[in-house]
Amino acid sequence: MSTANIIKLADLPKAQPFVLSDVERHEIEHELTHYPDSRAASIGALKIVQQHRGWVPDEAIPLIAEMIGMSAAELDGVATFYSLIYRRPVGRHVIKVCDSISCFLTGYDAVRQGLEQKLGIQYGQTTADGRFTLLPICCLGACDRGATLMIDDDLHGNVTPQGLDRILEAYK
Amino acid sequence: MTSAETKPLTKNIDPARGPLDLKGYEAAGGYAAVRKSIKQLTPAGVATAVKDANLRGRGGAGFPTGVKWSLVPMGADAPKQKYLVCNADEMEPGTFKDRLLMEQDPHQLIEAMIVAGFAIQASAGYIFLRGEYVVAAERLNAAVAQARAAGYLGRDILGSGWDYDVYVHTGAGRYICGEETALINSLEGRRANPRAKPPFPQISGAWGKPTVVNNVETLCNVPHIVNFGAEWFKGLSQGKSKDGGTKLYGVSGRAKRPGLWELPIGTSAREILEVHAGGMQDGLKLKAWLPGGASTDFLIEEHLDLAMDYDTIGRAGSRMGTGLLTVVDDRQSMVSVVRNLEEFFARESCGWCTPCRDGLPWSVKILRSLERGEGRSEDIEQLQRLTRQLGPGKAFCAHAPGAMEPLQSALKFFRSEFEAGLAKPPAAAQQAAA
Repeated sequence: MSTANIIKLADLPKAQPFVLSDVERHEIEHELTHYPDSRAASIGALKIVQQHRGWVPDEAIPLIAEMIGMSAAELDGVATFYSLIYRRPVGRHVIKVCDSISCFLTGYDAVRQGLEQKLGIQYGQTTADGRFTLLPICCLGACDRGATLMIDDDLHGNVTPQGLDRILEAYK
Repeated sequence: MTSAETKPLTKNIDPARGPLDLKGYEAAGGYAAVRKSIKQLTPAGVATAVKDANLRGRGGAGFPTGVKWSLVPMGADAPKQKYLVCNADEMEPGTFKDRLLMEQDPHQLIEAMIVAGFAIQASAGYIFLRGEYVVAAERLNAAVAQARAAGYLGRDILGSGWDYDVYVHTGAGRYICGEETALINSLEGRRANPRAKPPFPQISGAWGKPTVVNNVETLCNVPHIVNFGAEWFKGLSQGKSKDGGTKLYGVSGRAKRPGLWELPIGTSAREILEVHAGGMQDGLKLKAWLPGGASTDFLIEEHLDLAMDYDTIGRAGSRMGTGLLTVVDDRQSMVSVVRNLEEFFARESCGWCTPCRDGLPWSVKILRSLERGEGRSEDIEQLQRLTRQLGPGKAFCAHAPGAMEPLQSALKFFRSEFEAGLAKPPAAAQQAAA
């Protein structure tokens, strides 16, 4: 092997160092004021980063951990525990389908199947165009309107397979 | 009687109008309990009223609120930091009552947080709200800001020398956060694993300080008890129960008019289902019902005339739990219904202790094979064994024992449906294969 084939480190394009934005830092600092101990802000801080980026990349973990005085490993343990903290990229819209008992009794299976067919994805997957991610979620507390689902921050009740197109079209 | 006298919790609620702002809430008599507590009563006076009213926890366990509070250290030697935490992590399948209280009358909960915080002389209050309740979060935060601006929160509240503020803490999923000590761990920014008891949170809770955790609906009763007294509260049940107060009852499943109603505690399940929810949908019959969430034992048609209160439903072999009925219709397979419930509990186990982490998926595996008609002859006995091995005292917290309640009662009332899921005997199966 000739030395010409060896790529010198200095010739590689420089990776942009990952940084939290000023807005993210500001919001996390505000969150810290609510508690007697800074680590209590960990879940709030993860949610702030997720709100700005759609998910929480690995590179963000040490930076958030430093801000709130935890080790990166501890914060990673927290971040992986909670189901609403996404550790992989998600689509522009996240569909969370309630699969608990009241919705199960009022048509959950048909709604899930309808979504899987329309979107061509299953739980945990994202459509190829990056529009939707599909996830199950436990009881949404709107059981008198089953079947229910949430898209982003919007709750939808009395969902039927036939009504899915109308619901989905609002999310581009 | 006016609705204030019979339906104190929902008297201000009109979803078509939306929640009252501070001015509207005050005009409806709001924050009178804060004034009365601070100006006329003492912390002990508030606590005594709640104890005398025998208010019982509306989150599901029914523990007397006054007794819970009485374990908090008080007086000059007590720690300066004490916390009141509102459990607003409403995630019990089939339960949708706290959402209404928080979305439609947020000031009622803020007032309750102030009065209850005063009773235990808390230094701060936290509303632990599930992350999906975005509307409630917005409205509670607005109400907190208004209450702070009006001097009901902050330093030296109404000239009392008492400093206290309330924060809305939103969660990020996981049912286990509703368990009192797991909730405290989550509030502290940790994984939501339950803690060992003792020490009880009232002695060493959030950040090692005395902490009381109360459910939303429980707390919302407190200002009314302060305003109108323990005897008035006891009378709200109109003789239907030895417990006092009203209860938010609801129905979900295939009833004609699923919904939520504030009724005297001890109202019969039949009245709730047949009068308020209009009975089952046409063509469907009631097969079984959960009295108050996924972690309560199934009851059947013959139990419908029971009073929905803690003791009566307890004597029937179940628990009132959250008091919101989930009705199962006769087209449902009980094996599938229980499989759905156990899948929920298996997924939501925090994984801390082995019986729960391994036992719950095991029950799901067996139930799935029964659904396919591939159950092995010992499977039903194994399910029975799991109900004991995951029962009270066998796991670190109430999650696994709660999960076993619908399973054990379904096995009791509907055993033949489970037996129907067993594979045909080997001889017959071999013949079929040949």
